[in-house]
Amino acid sequence: MDALISQLQRQFRDYTISLYQQDFLDDQFTELKKLQDDGSPDFVAEVLSLFFEDCVKLISNMARALDQTTGAVDFNTVGASVHQLKGSSSSVGAKRVKALCVSFKDFCEAQNFQGCVRCLQQVDIEYKTLKTKLQDLFNLEKQIIQAGGIVPQVDIN
Amino acid sequence: MSEVRDIEQIKPTKTKKILNVLIVDDDAINRRLHARIINLIGGVSQTAENGEEAVILHRDGNASFDLILMDKEMPETDGASATKKLREMKVTSMIIGVTTLADNEEKRAAFMEAGLNHCLAKPLSKENLLPLINHLLDA
Repeated sequence: MDALISQLQRQFRDYTISLYQQDFLDDQFTELKKLQDDGSPDFVAEVLSLFFEDCVKLISNMARALDQTTGAVDFNTVGASVHQLKGSSSSVGAKRVKALCVSFKDFCEAQNFQGCVRCLQQVDIEYKTLKTKLQDLFNLEKQIIQAGGIVPQVDIN
Repeated sequence: MSEVRDIEQIKPTKTKKILNVLIVDDDAINRRLHARIINLIGGVSQTAENGEEAVILHRDGNASFDLILMDKEMPETDGASATKKLREMKVTSMIIGVTTLADNEEKRAAFMEAGLNHCLAKPLSKENLLPLINHLLDA
């Protein structure tokens, strides 16, 4: 059992580090984890849940605003939604999503329709990818705990 | 026991008194984050989704918050307008404005002029909020 726990802990450590090295996450995610303790054991999951709900809602708003079949493109609405998504991705440490929002905002301000459409597609892919990767990370945590181990603190620096 | 007290004085982990805090932010994630930070540093909190809600909470004169964390950019009534209205209503709570790193010195100064006690840029953390609150409590 000890061998299994050690293996899982190693996997968890390596996977966490890879998420930071591949820029899926940044320091703000580390700060988020510091706010979780025995008194609030699901805090990170709760906040991430809010973030992914935000992504769904805001991406839907942007898609509607970029729909040319309904009339002129509403770049103001797109810009407002991008601004919100940039804020919430920054708050949870979703580094790639936040970076995309920066480019997206520039395309909105330039009223570049093709650029906006491309960014929207990329943002959709990125948040879904992040969601899958974080789910994998939380599953590893669960396996460690179920095996009787402790989830290791991972030093990113 | 006195060793623990000495350590607390060197690096406090709680505010000098239990604070009743109003968190004003249109972003649900930030409301959750800031509420958690306040909880960890020894406070209790209530939230409002924009400046107008914060003003309405104070209208009947019964609201009594030690501290208001006021986001700058909000729909309906933004942080500066809400702060100005609260000060006109003689609200004496400490008000800390919450800005973004993108806000330049001019924008921060304009927000301060509305009646803030101080400004902090997001993201907030225990490390940046706690010393500021204790400093303002001392003042």
